[in-house]
Amino acid sequence: MYQQVAWIVSVVLIALLAIAFIYVAAHSSKNGDSAKVAAATGRWRNRLLLGVTLLCLPVVAYTLTTLPYARHAISNMGVVEVQAKGYQWYWVLSQTELPVGRPIEFQVTSADVNHGFAIYGPDMKILTQTQGMPGVTNVLRYTFEQPGTYKILCLEYCGVGHHTMMSELHVVAQ
Amino acid sequence: MNVLNRIKSPLASAEVKVYAAISGVVVLLMMVFGLVMRMTQGQMLPIEPGLFYQLMTAHGIGMVAIAGLGGSAVMWHFLGKYVNLRAGFAWANLAFFLAGVVLVLGGIFVGGFAAAWTFLYPLPANGMGMWGRHAAAAYMGGVLLVGVGMLLFYLEAARAIIQQYGSFAKSLGWHFLKSGQDAPPATVIASSVVTIINILAILVGAVILSMMLINLYVPEIAIHPLLAKNLIFLFGHVFINSTIYMAVIAVYEILPQYTGRTWKVYKPFVWAWSATCLMVLTVYPHHLLMDFAQPLWMHIMGQIISYTSSLPVLALTLTATLGMIYRSNIKWDLTSALLVLSIFGWSAGVIPAVIDGTIAVNQVMHNTLWVPGHFHLYLLLGCMAMILAFINWLSNQEKAQGFSALDKAMLWTFAISAFTYALIFLMSGQASVPRRMAVHLPQWVWYSQAASLFAAGVVLSSMVIVVRALAGIIKPVKPA
Repeated sequence: MYQQVAWIVSVVLIALLAIAFIYVAAHSSKNGDSAKVAAATGRWRNRLLLGVTLLCLPVVAYTLTTLPYARHAISNMGVVEVQAKGYQWYWVLSQTELPVGRPIEFQVTSADVNHGFAIYGPDMKILTQTQGMPGVTNVLRYTFEQPGTYKILCLEYCGVGHHTMMSELHVVAQ
Repeated sequence: MNVLNRIKSPLASAEVKVYAAISGVVVLLMMVFGLVMRMTQGQMLPIEPGLFYQLMTAHGIGMVAIAGLGGSAVMWHFLGKYVNLRAGFAWANLAFFLAGVVLVLGGIFVGGFAAAWTFLYPLPANGMGMWGRHAAAAYMGGVLLVGVGMLLFYLEAARAIIQQYGSFAKSLGWHFLKSGQDAPPATVIASSVVTIINILAILVGAVILSMMLINLYVPEIAIHPLLAKNLIFLFGHVFINSTIYMAVIAVYEILPQYTGRTWKVYKPFVWAWSATCLMVLTVYPHHLLMDFAQPLWMHIMGQIISYTSSLPVLALTLTATLGMIYRSNIKWDLTSALLVLSIFGWSAGVIPAVIDGTIAVNQVMHNTLWVPGHFHLYLLLGCMAMILAFINWLSNQEKAQGFSALDKAMLWTFAISAFTYALIFLMSGQASVPRRMAVHLPQWVWYSQAASLFAAGVVLSSMVIVVRALAGIIKPVKPA
């Protein structure tokens, strides 16, 4: 969902920006009163800063209420723990068949270099991710809503076999 | 007072011309590397993954370094109008730069080093047979040498600024905030910010590079990977942002020549640059939002400062640029058009960049092609357009020129190609296509094929612009 929101918001705002540039460029050939233009520019600057602030403040505040960091998440009731360890260039998972509807806690680390642990849905869109770093365990919680075959792709460049580093998760109904 | 009246020396010095010429040539080569990478991902070229990742490493470090050199040319040229810079330091920087480039290229194309330009610890020491530790040492030693040269450059800039203005507080314009008198020029304010932040960033980079070089040969002396990542991204983020802050000086200095209006320094401008000085040093944790082991406060700080750091200088530069050209009877030529385009590219790129700095979005966008999408907008369509404009302006004896049909054709080819190229990256990112992969899944290949077409447009238009500009720099046309 966030992918679509990010795309639409970016395209709309970039389009508005382009319109502003095209409008100004189209009105650049005539001579105007520089003092008046400077005053208008100041007003537009203040409007832009105010508008951006009013737009961003609630977005920043709202999105900070839903952080993915597991230690701040829900209780451990019913959590399925899965250890995931990255190697150049494969994953070793303590289990690959997982239940639908129960929170899964992926404890992700690495045996060698940095890896990215990204879970892709059956439609090959990213659902969630964290990093796999040697000497560090990153805890990622996710609840699968649908049964199916999910993929894990490494999203942190880890050497010449990076693009081959994929595994599968089988999510089944219980 | 008109900006032109403050200029002390007439035309660019030899070191600025050499910087500009090298920047122009190297950027073309790096663009070709980018085109080859996209064609490989699009299954249009039979490049092996090993070579792909070498090209990727060279493209990344090459573009960062050349944006740094090109930006330095802009800053050195215009800062030199206000303070007394000693040319020896620019030449010393260039000598270190070239020595570093030889080592970097040797490490990559002779030694096979391909750990990406970010040399994320401990990958350089784990080449899995593709490269050895000497190759990694050559690469990291080369980057260190480039950094040493840049450090000399900024230390000389710091000395000259302090000698002229008394302190950074004055060159940043803090006295102007109180008194409203004697504002320093925009160029001096921007140069002061870049000098301060890049001295700090390069020192941090030198620390982590030295630690990693020691670790290569004495693996028992290990580094905590999370600390290493923090140091690398602090250095990398500040350095690459500084390239835009240096290159934008071209907009501040050159555009007024075309419009007859001045780039007025007012209090919000001074506030914005000073705020940027602090925020650009503290925003880098947004690169580590998916490192869940980072302290929570760093994640939150990363998101909040992502929103606040980009906006002040950008909003002011954006509105001031539009105000500079609106009803100004601007003389359009390739230089002025590229400068205006560059502010569009910078502004457009910040939008998806800030969105990606949101933790919830980053969780599904991190390390996808969304990332090169936003940075190609503000680096290719922003920073590079500024540098191309500067090189073109130098080649025309620092004056406006005619806007020939060829100029217009190349401008529009560059603008449309670069914009669409970046847009395809963004589109791929929202479709979850990973970045830094030599081979893509079949359903993702068409993005790369479409991108290759526009990459070719970027290469072609840039080549024509750079070659014509370099011809003008090497053999200037005498005024009639």
